[in-house]
Amino acid sequence: MAKLPVSVEKIIEVFGPHKNYAPLDGYEGRDEPDEVVKTHCCFCGMQCGIQLLVKENKVVGFEPWMEFPFNEGRLCPKGVQRYLQNNHPDRLLHPIQRVEGKGFEKTSWDNALDKTVSEIKRIQEKYGKDAFSMLSGVSLSNEKSYLIGKFARVALQTKNLDYNGRLCMVSAGAGNKKAFGLDRTSNNYSDLEYAEVIMVTGANISETFPTLTHWIWKARDRGAKLIVIDPRMIPLARTADVHLDIRPGTDSALYGAMLKYLVDHDMLDHDFIDNYTSGFQETIDAVKDYTLEWAEEITGIDKNKIKKAAELWGKAKTSFLLHARGIEQHSKGVDNVVGCINLVLATGRIGKPYCGYGTITGQGNGQGGREHGHKCDQLPGNRDIENPEHRKYISEVWGIDEKDMPGKGLSAYEIIDAIHRGEIKGLFSICFNPLVSLPNNTYVREALEKLEFYVCIDFFLNETARHADIVLAGSLQEEEEGTTTSAEGRVIRVRQAVTPPGEARTDTSIILEIAKRLGHKDKFTYDNSEAIFNELRVASKGGTADYFGISYKRVEENMGVFWPCPTEDHPGTPRLWEDKKFKTPDGKAHFNPAPYRLPSEVTDNEYPITLTTGRVVSQYLSGTQTRRIGKLVDQFPEPFLEIHPNLAAQYGIKQRELVKVSTRRGEAIFPANIVETIREDTVFVPYHWPGLKSANQLTIATLDPVSKMPEFKVCACKLEPQGKIAPPSKESEAYASV
Amino acid sequence: MNLTNFNTSDEFFVDMQRCIGCKACEMACAECETNGNQTLISVNYVDRASTIQTTVQVCMHCEDPVCANVCPADAISQDEFGVVYTANTERCIGCSNCVMACPFGVPKKVEEYDLMMKCTMCYDRTSVGKKPMCATVCPSGALFYGTRSEIEEMRPNSIPVNNFIFGKEKVKTKVNIMMPKGSKELRIY
Repeated sequence: MAKLPVSVEKIIEVFGPHKNYAPLDGYEGRDEPDEVVKTHCCFCGMQCGIQLLVKENKVVGFEPWMEFPFNEGRLCPKGVQRYLQNNHPDRLLHPIQRVEGKGFEKTSWDNALDKTVSEIKRIQEKYGKDAFSMLSGVSLSNEKSYLIGKFARVALQTKNLDYNGRLCMVSAGAGNKKAFGLDRTSNNYSDLEYAEVIMVTGANISETFPTLTHWIWKARDRGAKLIVIDPRMIPLARTADVHLDIRPGTDSALYGAMLKYLVDHDMLDHDFIDNYTSGFQETIDAVKDYTLEWAEEITGIDKNKIKKAAELWGKAKTSFLLHARGIEQHSKGVDNVVGCINLVLATGRIGKPYCGYGTITGQGNGQGGREHGHKCDQLPGNRDIENPEHRKYISEVWGIDEKDMPGKGLSAYEIIDAIHRGEIKGLFSICFNPLVSLPNNTYVREALEKLEFYVCIDFFLNETARHADIVLAGSLQEEEEGTTTSAEGRVIRVRQAVTPPGEARTDTSIILEIAKRLGHKDKFTYDNSEAIFNELRVASKGGTADYFGISYKRVEENMGVFWPCPTEDHPGTPRLWEDKKFKTPDGKAHFNPAPYRLPSEVTDNEYPITLTTGRVVSQYLSGTQTRRIGKLVDQFPEPFLEIHPNLAAQYGIKQRELVKVSTRRGEAIFPANIVETIREDTVFVPYHWPGLKSANQLTIATLDPVSKMPEFKVCACKLEPQGKIAPPSKESEAYASV
Repeated sequence: MNLTNFNTSDEFFVDMQRCIGCKACEMACAECETNGNQTLISVNYVDRASTIQTTVQVCMHCEDPVCANVCPADAISQDEFGVVYTANTERCIGCSNCVMACPFGVPKKVEEYDLMMKCTMCYDRTSVGKKPMCATVCPSGALFYGTRSEIEEMRPNSIPVNNFIFGKEKVKTKVNIMMPKGSKELRIY
C-alpha cells in the first residue's frame, strides 16, 4: 500500500514543508558556540568549505571558512542558509509508520525495522529477490554511497539498485568513459586561471554553482575570452564575449559545425591527434556537411556568432570547456558530451596547465557518489558489474561467492517502469525525491501507488516519502562523519558537527542495522565511517577511480586529495592526462562521431513551443531541503513561465498573467515573467516545486539510449493564457504545493 | 566601541558588472548578530524585462555624509576611520530625512522598530580583523574587501573610483566602485 494514508493537506500540516527562519537575534549560543566545525556545504558539487557553529549539540549558525582553497569563504545564498536544517521544526525525530485514515504515527525503531525486514523477506520470497528495488542519491557521502552499493547486492541481494545521479551526471560519465576511459573532470579549477578561452555550455553557473563564478572572473581579469552557450541570457552570459543563444536540443549540431570550422581552417593540433587519439577521421566525416549556414538553420544562432566562437576556440593556446545538465539531460546527452570532447581533442588542449575540460557535477557528492557502486551497472572503483574480473575482485573484498553477486539492474526510470508493470513490488529509498525530480511525474505517482511496500530513510518527509509505509528518521550531512568528492575530483572531509536530534539515527547505522536483521551482520560491522572508507579504498584499488592511497589523515592534512591516488605516497592527481596515457583499451583518447539528430519530441501545430527546465539560485534540486528554509523560499516563492515579449504578444499574455502550459504528459499553470533574456521560440520553467506547481508534470521521460538519462531539457508544449493576473508572488505557497 | 583593530589599509570595492543577483550578500548581512535579521545591503534588478543585470547597493560611507547632515536628531555619527554608523536607537526619531537625502538610496526605515538602519561596514567584524560578511561570501567578486594594491593586481582592466557627481553635487565616498581603466569619477545626471 503506497497510497497516501490521508489527504496531502493533512500530511503537510504535520510534516511540512514549513518555512524556517532564524530567530531575530539568531539562535541562542551563536555568539558563544561550544564548537566551530570546519566542514562543507551540503548542496552542490562545489562543496564549499564552511564552518558550522554548534551549541549544545545544535547547529546555531555559520562562519565563513577563509582557508579552504576552492572558495576562501565565498558562499551562495543556499550555503549561507544551509545551517537552518538541524534545528528545523519539520525534522523527523523518530520513525513513523503509515496508518490508513490517520496519516503517519510514531513508532519504535524495533517495530519499524521489524516490519521493514519482514516485508523485504515476504516480497522477495513471493516475487523473487529483484522484486525489491532500491533508489539512492549522491548527496550521500562516499562512505554511504559505497555502503549502499554493498548493502543492495549483499544484504538485499537485488540487482535493482540505482541512484539520482541518473538525472544528474550519467551522460557526462558515459561520454567521458567513451573518450578517456575514465569518468572525472580532467582538471581542478585552478586551471581556469590562465585559460585564454573559457567555453561554458549548458551550465547556469551563476545560479547553480555560484562560487565557480569567481574562478571564471579570475581568468577574465587576465584577458580570457568567455563563450556562453545557453537558450537564455543567464547572469554569466550577460557579460560574455560571445553568447550563443541556442535552440534547446540542437547542441550537437553546434559542436559539429564548430569542429568542421576547425578542420576547414586547420585550427588543429595534428601532433596530438596523430599520436594520442583515435577515431578522428570518422568523427570529422560525420560533420563534413555541417556548414555555418546549416548550423544557423538548426540551432537558431546567428552564423557569425558561431564563427566568432569557433575562431576564439580554434586560435587559443589554452582553454577550459565546462558543461553541465543543459547539454546532458537529453535523449542524446552522451552525443552532446562527446561533441564537446571532440572540440577539446581536436585542439589538443588537455593534460597541460590551463588546458581543461570537465562536466560540473551537480550534486554535493555527484563525483564520488558515482564511483563507488550504487549505480545499477557498477561496482566500487567505477568497475563494471558485468566484467568477470571486476566481479571477482569485489566479491573477494566483500567475502561473498561471485555467483551470488547480482548482475546489472534497471536504471532509475526503468525501475519506475518495472513498478508499473508489476515486476517490482517493494522499494527502499534514500536521498531521492522522484515525485518532484523525475520527468512525467504523474506516471511516477501511479507507480508509487502500485507498490506493496515502500520504506524510506530521510530527515524530512519529502513528497515521495508521503507514499511510504515506513519512514526511518535519518541524518543530515552535518550529523555524520565522512568524505565527499567535489566536482574537481577533490576528496574532502565532511564532519559530524552534531549527532542526529531526538531518536533520529545516522543513515549508516540504519543501513547496518537492516543488514544485520537480514542476516548479514558479519559483513556489515564497522567501528566508524573511517572503517567504511578504508574498505572502500581497498575496493577501489586498481579500478579507474582509485582511492587506495587516500586516508582520512591525508585528506585532513591537505584540505583534500585528488583521485586517482593509487598509493599512500602518491601525491594525488589534480590534473589528469599529463602523461597522455588514457584509460581506454588502446591507451588513446577517442574521438566519437556525434551526428546531429532531433530531440525525441519536436514542436508541431498542436504543441508549437519548446519547453526547457532548470533551476533558480535559491533552490536546490527537488527542494526537500531548500523549500523549508524561509529566506530561500522568499527569494523565489514560486515557479514561473519565462517567456519572450514577442511570443507573449502572439498570445496576448500580460506580465504575471497565469498561463496554462500543456504537453502530451500533463498541464500546469504558472505566472508569466515576460523577459527579453530568452529565445522567442522557447519558454523556461524552474523545476524545484511539487504537486500542481511541478514542471516535471510536463517533461518527457525519453531516455538517452546509452546513459538512460531523461530528456528534461527539451519537449514540446502549448500555452493558454488564463485571463487572470497571478496574486503577488510573496503570497504564493508553492513551496508546499499539493 | 573598540575599533583599535580596524585595519585602515583595507577598503571596500564594488564591481557592479560582476553581480549575479544571487543575494548571498543579503542573506549573510542579516546573519550579523547586530542586525536583528535585517539585511542592510540590497540587490535589485535594473530592469528585469530587458536584462538579467542586477545591482548591489551597500552604504558608500560618504566623506561628508548627507544622511548625518540632514538628521534633525543627530542620530548618525561618523568615526575617525570614516565609517558612517546606523542610527543611534536612542536618538533616531524615524523621520526618514536620511532615507530621502541619501544619493545612493541606502538608509531604510525599518517600520517595526521605527528606526533607520544601514550598513556600518560590519564594525563588529572589521574591528576584529575580519572582512565584512557580504564581501566575504560574495561568490562573484562583485563585493571585495582588501587592500588597494590587492585589487589593482587582481583586476588590471579596471580601477577603483570614489568620486560621484550627481548633477551639481559632488560626493566622495569611502567605498569604491570599479570602473574601466582610466575612469576618474562617475557622473550621474
